[in-house]
Amino acid sequence: MAENNDPLVRFVDIQKSYDGEILVIKDLNMDVTRGEFLTMLGPSGSGKTTCLMMVAGFEPATHGEIYLNGQPINNVPPHKRGIGMVFQNYALFPHMTVSENLAFPLEVRKMNKDECKRRIKRALEMVQLAEFGNRRPAQLSGGQQQRVAVARALVFDPDLVLMDEPLGALDKNLREQMQFEIKHIHEELGVTVIYVTHDQTEALTMSNRIAVFDDGIIQQLAPPDILYEKPDNAFVAQFIGENNRLLGTIMEADDVSCKVEVDGGGLIHAKSVNIAGIGERATLSLRPERVIIQPPEGSLPNIFDARVKELIYLGDHIRTRVNVCGHDDFVVKIPNSATQAVLQKNTTVKIGWEMEDCRALDPSD
Amino acid sequence: MTNPDTTQEILTTADGVPLKVSLKRALRRKKRNSLLLVAPLFLFILLTFLLPITDMLLRSVDNKIVPDLLPRTAPLLAGWDETGQELPGEDIYHAMVEDINEGAATKTILRLGRRLNFERAGMSSVFRKTARKVKGLQQPDSYQAEMLKIDQHWGDINIWRLIKRESGAFTKSHFLSAIDRQTNDDGTIGPKPEYKQIYIKLFGRTLALSLLITVLTILLGYPISYLLATLPTKTSNLLIILVLLPFWTSLLVRTSAWIALLQKEGVINDLLVAVGLIANDHRLAMIHNQIGTVVAMTHILLPFMVLPLFSVMKTIPPSYMRAARSLGATRFTAFVRIYVPNSIPGIGAGAILVFIMAIGYYITPELVGGTSGTFISNMIAYHIQGSLNWGLGAALGTLLLLLVLALYILYDKIVGIDNLKLG
Ligand SMILES: Nc1ncnc2c1ncn2[C@@H]1O[C@H](COP(=O)(O)OP(=O)(O)OP(=O)(O)O)[C@@H](O)[C@H]1O
Ligand SMILES: [Mg+2]
Repeated sequence: MAENNDPLVRFVDIQKSYDGEILVIKDLNMDVTRGEFLTMLGPSGSGKTTCLMMVAGFEPATHGEIYLNGQPINNVPPHKRGIGMVFQNYALFPHMTVSENLAFPLEVRKMNKDECKRRIKRALEMVQLAEFGNRRPAQLSGGQQQRVAVARALVFDPDLVLMDEPLGALDKNLREQMQFEIKHIHEELGVTVIYVTHDQTEALTMSNRIAVFDDGIIQQLAPPDILYEKPDNAFVAQFIGENNRLLGTIMEADDVSCKVEVDGGGLIHAKSVNIAGIGERATLSLRPERVIIQPPEGSLPNIFDARVKELIYLGDHIRTRVNVCGHDDFVVKIPNSATQAVLQKNTTVKIGWEMEDCRALDPSD
Repeated sequence: MTNPDTTQEILTTADGVPLKVSLKRALRRKKRNSLLLVAPLFLFILLTFLLPITDMLLRSVDNKIVPDLLPRTAPLLAGWDETGQELPGEDIYHAMVEDINEGAATKTILRLGRRLNFERAGMSSVFRKTARKVKGLQQPDSYQAEMLKIDQHWGDINIWRLIKRESGAFTKSHFLSAIDRQTNDDGTIGPKPEYKQIYIKLFGRTLALSLLITVLTILLGYPISYLLATLPTKTSNLLIILVLLPFWTSLLVRTSAWIALLQKEGVINDLLVAVGLIANDHRLAMIHNQIGTVVAMTHILLPFMVLPLFSVMKTIPPSYMRAARSLGATRFTAFVRIYVPNSIPGIGAGAILVFIMAIGYYITPELVGGTSGTFISNMIAYHIQGSLNWGLGAALGTLLLLLVLALYILYDKIVGIDNLKLG
């Protein structure tokens, strides 16, 4: 296990089809860096599990090669890959106690008894279950089972751990706690994790990098903040976080900025990110929290009249739906602070935003 | 920890009724409803299952026929000392004559003869003969002498001992016969003569063959079930129909088919001869012996192994095997250490089902078992229908029932009945 900067896992030109008719994965190229926490995020059916299964060796790639530690592994059977895996439903062996579950990977590696005991103890302490070694999985709560599953995937010191929606079956509070714990373990051990989820908050809080999947293609692979603030395309903008979408036609454009005539009326000054050219269609993407209420005249490049349609009180902020540029579902988040003006329903106010905050992207569909 | 004041308080519902009382009331209503729901089935089981079984248990010890048909002799015999060498007194001979006379008039005496004939061959004819001739007897000087004239067996003290032994309302002789024992003339209990010992051997054979059949169904059924459980549902449903197909034909037809296949002039022997593996005059005997029973019963009982196995295996998530493999186990290790232990409830359920069905099987061993491949149930059937020794049949049946119960308890001790999963 030499420390080097080569990627731990490389996907090279991976394609996958189950039935010979539909490509579930279309040309995947991706490097996973050593020690990284990489999350695959995407809607259901986008091919995330398929990707993990190919890494784990349970599904063959139809085309292309996967490298682990620089070695091609397409022909290596799953049990020789040495990859830890946490399944969505934990897949703890019900006929074994927690300790026996943890001992299983060590026994099949013919590790000696003392070493086994030491490692099991360490792994159980890591997930704070030192007392639970003699229980059966059925005698544990969902969160405890989850922790055992994590401990079992780590007990044999794999370089790489795959987790397929490991928190999918837990309720919200437990989920958040487990997110924190898994993240903590990752940082402590320095193990590489490929994590699958379709919960975007989970992806944002846990990951070093996120690969957004859709339709068998990585739409964007970037750290969470970049993904949120600088989405490459309309799908990512829409999928990650809340987003106002305005469709229109490009009137003027250069490398930095562009002017788009929105379908409902109004010329918006936006940042050029992923646009075709003058006369083509484009999607404008604008985060609700970047909208400024009642800006001073002339302080922003984009200022429009907005009619307040709906106010939803959410404690720390007020979610306000307004009609602007002919779009009825434009959302503005107004912080609930003393200095903030209070809006009334069915009144008209001025709203505005910076050119950089409004990204001109591909037209999507 | 908790405040003692609050724990003392009796919890009540809103209208002041103690919580426990109203809870109990609610539960009672629920219980009454559920009782009503099971009542029809309970009645059905009572009539068709519990009553017959009770009747069987009673019949195996019931001996009322003797005291009923010898109303005068039986009480007098109680006073006779059978341990001595003296024949019963004149009064007993007199009583016997009257009993036989009465029995001959109502034609019930033959039943008594048949009953005692089970204990000692020849008794039936003694009674028949005596009943025919005793009618003309008019106040003789000595009843004993007259009876001895009719049939000298009446002078055999062992016959009187036998009648005295069997003159109670209950008898243990059926159970003794069922385990190849008898009451000797001197009143001690000992083994039957060698040539009459059959039941223990038959019980043993029934157990051994049932066990063999169970093991064979496991060996044959496990791979099929595994295949069925791992195939996509569409295919497995089709194959399940194939497994169930035998149920669509009558048991008799299937058994006869085996006869056609296995007999000396049957398909398999013909094939072997045609191929030249065996000579024409050395055809294999595969039917009317144990091979026939085992082959045919394994085939017939196989679905009862496959179905519970399949339904249990279906519930084993594929992720178990994947998890084991990702943890470093080879396919084989994963199968042995993870899959098989998780399928044990299915093996247990299938085994217990097949074994219990096999142990009481009747038609197939009857048709293809010959003499060496028959089961205890064939003997029970023989005693019920052929020899009309219902008492012995019932005793054998009771022993079989006890045996099954004992094995069931043993199974519970070893595997645990909670582990059983039938679906
Ligand atoms: N064993 C299989 N045979 C045929 N098609 C499959 C198989 N497994 C998955 N697919 C198909 O491949 C596509 C991708 O599936 P995959 O399980 O990778 O999605 P996913 O991103 O993990 O979705 P989810 O978030 O719902 O788990 C889906 O359209 C699915 O129908
Ligand atoms: Mg999935």
